[in-house]
Amino acid sequence: MFALLSSIPYWGQTILRLLGGAVAVLLPAGTIVYLFLFKMMSCMQRRRGPMEAGPYGSMQLFAEVGKWLQKEDLMPERADKFVFKIAPLVVLSSTFLLVAVVPFGPDAWFTNFEAGVFYALAVSSVSVLGILMAGWASANKYSLLGGLRAAGQLIAYELPMILAVVGVVIQAGSMNLQDIVVAQNAGSIFGWDGLGNPYLLTQFIGFLIFMIAVQAELTQTPFDMPIAESELVSGYMTEYSGFRFLIFFIGEFATAGVFAFIASVLFLGGWGVPFSWFGWTGINDVDNWMNVGGPLIMLTKMLGLAFIIMWVRFSYPRFREDQLQRFAWKILIPISLVNIVATSVLKVAF
Amino acid sequence: MVAQNIAFGIIAAIMVVGALRVVTVNNVVHAALWLVLVLAGAAAQYVLLTAEFVAVTQVLVYIGAVMVLFLFGTMLTRAQLGKEKQLNNPTWYLGIPASLLLLGVMILALTSSFGDEKLPTDSELVSTQAISDQIFGPYLLPFWALSFVLLVAVIGAIVLARKD
Repeated sequence: MFALLSSIPYWGQTILRLLGGAVAVLLPAGTIVYLFLFKMMSCMQRRRGPMEAGPYGSMQLFAEVGKWLQKEDLMPERADKFVFKIAPLVVLSSTFLLVAVVPFGPDAWFTNFEAGVFYALAVSSVSVLGILMAGWASANKYSLLGGLRAAGQLIAYELPMILAVVGVVIQAGSMNLQDIVVAQNAGSIFGWDGLGNPYLLTQFIGFLIFMIAVQAELTQTPFDMPIAESELVSGYMTEYSGFRFLIFFIGEFATAGVFAFIASVLFLGGWGVPFSWFGWTGINDVDNWMNVGGPLIMLTKMLGLAFIIMWVRFSYPRFREDQLQRFAWKILIPISLVNIVATSVLKVAF
Repeated sequence: MVAQNIAFGIIAAIMVVGALRVVTVNNVVHAALWLVLVLAGAAAQYVLLTAEFVAVTQVLVYIGAVMVLFLFGTMLTRAQLGKEKQLNNPTWYLGIPASLLLLGVMILALTSSFGDEKLPTDSELVSTQAISDQIFGPYLLPFWALSFVLLVAVIGAIVLARKD
């Protein structure tokens, strides 16, 4: 398995991983914005979306980036200058830290962290700090309210997310994301191994809870109370303009992409194809071409999940603050606890 | 001098500066943000000790939950921008003997239990399974006791919050 890796020196591997990390964050962000935010939303609203820049408006993204770079960098006079400036960077850096544990192929990983899922869940909660910092430092009541709403919401939905993942961890017997991929693709459903054993089937409740929690963590509609443009202008982002707003914007969609990556690793078999197709028995037999095929498979699954996230976003109206909290604490958390108990009982029984 | 020692020195220096800023800075939110830096430094030190799981727990519990709640609470009640006067508690100097006492106890505990023993530079990764075997094996009773303390705190919080 390590034939490909050992031929490259350590510094070369490091550069490759850094480049891969940048691609794994920025490419999904761009694709999601163009395919879903521009084109799918337009299609659902019976319009054509951006058409001028490039064929079918495909260059629109670059035009948008150029537009944001040209804008004036505004900052409220009473703002806390330093905290105001670093808040968007804290949010974006949590996305980059998050992608570090996602495996894209047998050798195509950034770091093979043993407590991978746990790390991902821990690091994703760092973005709340950035949001609170942005809300407070803007010296604006709307921003502060948006920041506080975001913090309350993210704390509430982090719990069902962690509890939903526990079911997968119990079934795979590991917190390492690479091991979870292998466990799904090398597994079998009652002896039939034509599909492997994607946890989407056995952990369907966990998958639903995870996707709902992801929707809330990303503050996408129907969980967009922190942004709520009709009452809070733009929530914690109200005072940001130009490049700093662009960083928030990239962070939002890049995190959507990375969470979709993680969900596809946890529930859809990740980069792998069922190992029985090619007669592989473990990760050591997997052919080298999977290092190229794996990222493409991951990208496809990521787009599928991001499509669902965006579909929900464009379809449903916003939850009220109390409905949102009640939904997390009184419905999602009890169901995910029951799911954990059921999974562990079945794990011991089989 | 191995690389770990150099990294330890740099991170420790950042943590000391951060800890001093927590108590000297004139703004509650800034103090909390400096505290985040100190806690993140502690997580980095755990990584240097090859204790991944503990490091991740440090990030999840202290940065992701405790500090977010601190910031949430201060922002909800009073978190002025700019400098505040009178942030110091009038009995702040009582903290000095308390922290010196804590330092003494920790030095005593470390030297009496480890002495001149050194960690091997290529120490094995502490696996999550090993930690859970320890928690649910020899340390089961302290683990339960801690759970009860947390349960008491939760019940106390509910009682306080519902008294309206």
